[in-house]
Amino acid sequence: MEHADLLVDWSRAQFALTALYHWLFVPLTLGLTFIVAIMETMYVKSGDEKWKKITKYWMGLLAINFAIGLATGIIMEFEFGTNWSNYSWIVGDIFGAPLAIEGLMAFFMESTFFAVMFFGWNKVSKKMHLLSTWLVAIGSNLSALWILVANGWMQHPTGMSFNPDTTRNEMANFWEVLFNPNAVSKFLHTVSSGYVLASLFVIGISAWYLLKKRDIEFAKKSILVASSFGLLTSMYLITTGDESAHQVALNQPMKLAAMEGLYKGEKRAGIVAVGALNPAKELGDDKETFLFKFEIPNALSVLGYHKLDAYVPGMDDLVNGNKEQGIVSVKEKMQKGKLAIKALADYKKYKKANDSSHAEEALKTFKTYEKYMGYGYLKKPQDALPDVALTFYSFHTMVGLGFWFLLLFVLVLYYTMKDSIESKKWLQYAALFTIPLGYVAQEAGWITAEVGRQPWAIQDLLPVGMATSSVATSSVMITFWLFAVLFTALLLAEIKIMLKQIKIGPEGH
Amino acid sequence: MFDLLTLQQYWWFLVSVIGALFVFMTFVQGGQTLLYTLGQTEDERDLLVNSLGRKWELSFTMLVMFGGALFAAFPLFYAVSFGGAYYVWMAILFCFIIQAVAYEYRKKPDNLYGERFYEIFLYINGSLGIFLIGVALGTLFTGGNFVVNDLHLSHWTVQSYGLEALLNPFNVVFGLMLVFLARVQGALYFFNNVAENSITSRIKKVVLTNFILFLVLFLFVVGYILFANGYRYDPSTGVVSVERMKFLHSFMDMPVLLAALLAGVASLLYGVYIGIVKQARKAIWFTGIGTIVTVTVVMLILGWDNSVYYPSLADLQSSLTIVNSSGSHYTLSVMSVVSLLVPVVLLYIFFVWRSMDKTQMTIDEVKSDSHHY
Ligand code: HDD
Ligand code: HEM
Ligand code: HEM
Repeated sequence: MEHADLLVDWSRAQFALTALYHWLFVPLTLGLTFIVAIMETMYVKSGDEKWKKITKYWMGLLAINFAIGLATGIIMEFEFGTNWSNYSWIVGDIFGAPLAIEGLMAFFMESTFFAVMFFGWNKVSKKMHLLSTWLVAIGSNLSALWILVANGWMQHPTGMSFNPDTTRNEMANFWEVLFNPNAVSKFLHTVSSGYVLASLFVIGISAWYLLKKRDIEFAKKSILVASSFGLLTSMYLITTGDESAHQVALNQPMKLAAMEGLYKGEKRAGIVAVGALNPAKELGDDKETFLFKFEIPNALSVLGYHKLDAYVPGMDDLVNGNKEQGIVSVKEKMQKGKLAIKALADYKKYKKANDSSHAEEALKTFKTYEKYMGYGYLKKPQDALPDVALTFYSFHTMVGLGFWFLLLFVLVLYYTMKDSIESKKWLQYAALFTIPLGYVAQEAGWITAEVGRQPWAIQDLLPVGMATSSVATSSVMITFWLFAVLFTALLLAEIKIMLKQIKIGPEGH
Repeated sequence: MFDLLTLQQYWWFLVSVIGALFVFMTFVQGGQTLLYTLGQTEDERDLLVNSLGRKWELSFTMLVMFGGALFAAFPLFYAVSFGGAYYVWMAILFCFIIQAVAYEYRKKPDNLYGERFYEIFLYINGSLGIFLIGVALGTLFTGGNFVVNDLHLSHWTVQSYGLEALLNPFNVVFGLMLVFLARVQGALYFFNNVAENSITSRIKKVVLTNFILFLVLFLFVVGYILFANGYRYDPSTGVVSVERMKFLHSFMDMPVLLAALLAGVASLLYGVYIGIVKQARKAIWFTGIGTIVTVTVVMLILGWDNSVYYPSLADLQSSLTIVNSSGSHYTLSVMSVVSLLVPVVLLYIFFVWRSMDKTQMTIDEVKSDSHHY
């Protein structure tokens, strides 16, 4: 058992490491491809060579980012097999499809037209080139669509049924998988977060040129495009974030409770805008949850359930059950789950022995408890709880930053319109220092989504402990460190190259 | 609409074709190992890198697609092999991580580790990366040490997690064969794509030596495949058994495949011939088509005709076949509809490729291009 726990932890750590690295590069690609497409459209429409120069400059930075995005992405795909091999079998029939479609529909489009976008300036017509740039943008966003359909399904599995003969979940309805409300809100929220990040990136770097008093016209033009794009998309980002929270409330009440540090369920629950969790607090005790907090009354009921007096269950209720609200305790679910697991084993045994009447009976028992099977693998009820502090703080960091970004875009656009952005040094500094904050918000968002989902690899269906490959822990440790070293080395090179290119500036091209 | 077996065969066919397209695209890797053989000045090497640089992403994406198609269509293989032969697959991945950045960062100022460092990356990707992929593909014939239990969950039975495949001579030969094939193709690609006499005059010798090495290994592989033991399952019970000269029998059962194999090899030979003798630009098209057809046939012979495509050395009855490892009927049907996109994708790749490669590349062109590797 000890060994199994360690293996799961290292596998999770490796997945988290590689995903967090991949996500350092993807959002910029998602957004910057659109921004350069817009810039190139300006060039083709106006015929103004300045716009061409601007387009090419940002494309150069995109290329540096893109290469390392690909390098980290290929790992993620194969890791489902190498580190989550039980997972690959148990849900692969549903989960593999979007991944394959992603390759066929999106990655080929990106990689084919990418070559035209970079090397085709003198080889294809202006229109064909513009089309290629747009196709790269569309392709990268399509890849986000399919991977997020896969991820949305993990948060809220739909459109499948369990087949006891193959002992796996099988797809029953493709459209339910694709139009899973969780996947839809996830897609919209995530791609818009990429647009926001890319806008922050363009504005921040342009602000640095303003601070250095060089390439002024280039910087102002870039800022104009990016702050308009950023303002629109950040409003949209907050709207879709709200919808994401609504989806979490509907399908993952435990995650919602952890995001808000809510132990005791209540009606008209509020949202803690700023607060510090009490580290001594544990499930079921009467200690204060917060050392201090500033709360917005009723907001959680409204945000989560779109109703003022909706009841929001807390972690105590979800683990220990709450008769009044009709919440079944984890302990009871675990018992039922164990019955399901036993019935499935019996079914297999009788089937092998060609004892069809007993097999039938076992199958019936299995069907009764099937829904709880995932809980049968948990060891104790507290295991149903994610890491509360990590989930809480990352969620609050993301949301807080989201509002700051909105404000920043408003200010930058306002002063750009008034043509006084050049003299607003404080704003230029603010824009520059917000670039890293964009990345912080991004990573925080994923930590909320993924850590908050624990202990489930597939919500309520497959706990992480059941999902791993059965390899030696030491082999995962070795690859973890190799990834850590190699990715860090490459990240450092990327940052150094990027900074140099920024220093060289648009005129150096 | 179609029965399950038909879909399983169709998907094995698609996986085979994608695998074969990937092997074709390894001309990129082969070219990466020839930078210093064919390019003697910095300008020449830059030209070679830039010429390959227009294609590397497609080869990379083809590998990603190969993985994706396997996952969707044969998830049990994904689980058993990747999760079991852990070290081999991880080593392959590491060889591909470094490829992606090497092109973009090699020539950039302030790239932290220097130009040579990224060139070594390219070399490792081109040699070790392809060799290991060959070893992994070789295990489809020679088998792996895995057990699949009643719940279809699997584990590897030896602690070397895949590295033991390197001890099997067939796997090693298979890997080396792919490396030399990639180098032949890489050299022929340069015939097609670059227009500097200093470089092209060196190609002929490279093609010749690498082709001879390839041919020796290839004959060994073909001999082994035809005459070694294979594994067959009984379609009514699913029981797997060993059969002498299984693949030879399969070729006799499916003469079309035999004909295709011969045609593929003929096309390969012809391509090499016109490459060496006439320095023909189009040589790569013949070797390319030859490679695609040959590899497809070799893969098909593994999956079709009640064959075992991944034998287990630890427990024969755990062996994988296209029937016991595939996705569900519904998923395969859905994915088959999606697969109608394949020709569309191939078509636009072809179109883009042609419009980008109308003229051969020169050193001057690379120098004057605003964006280059
Ligand atoms: C620039 C980055 C950024 C910003 C400013 C925000 N988000 Fe976000 N958020 C993401 C970037 C992100 C993300 C990285 O894209 C995530 C991770 C997983 C996902 O679906 O999107 C995410 C996830 C995520 C989730 C979890 C979804 C799940 O568990 O499935 C919720 C509830 C929100 N967000 C809500 C918000 C709200 C209410 C915001 C208000 C300002 C907000 N986000 C701003
Ligand atoms: C665990 C999940 C993920 C897997 C398996 C995965 C897989 C991959 C792979 C294989 C590549 C290389 C593609 C190529 O060859 O062209 C890649 C790149 C990319 N991925 Fe991911 N990815 C994951 C997460 C995400 C997420 C969450 C998004 C978007 C929301 C995303 C968006 C992209 C984009 C836009 C690219 C191409 C551009 C770039 O890398 O900068 N990926 N990913
Ligand atoms: C690229 C953005 C992503 C980031 C930054 C990210 C982050 C994380 C983190 C931090 C964990 C570890 C959670 C824990 O162990 O407590 C994790 C686990 C995992 N994530 Fe993600 N994730 C991303 C996208 C995805 C996507 C798109 C998928 C699926 C399509 C996915 C599938 C998984 C799986 C299978 C695990 C391991 C099992 C588990 O811990 O649940 N992730 N991810």
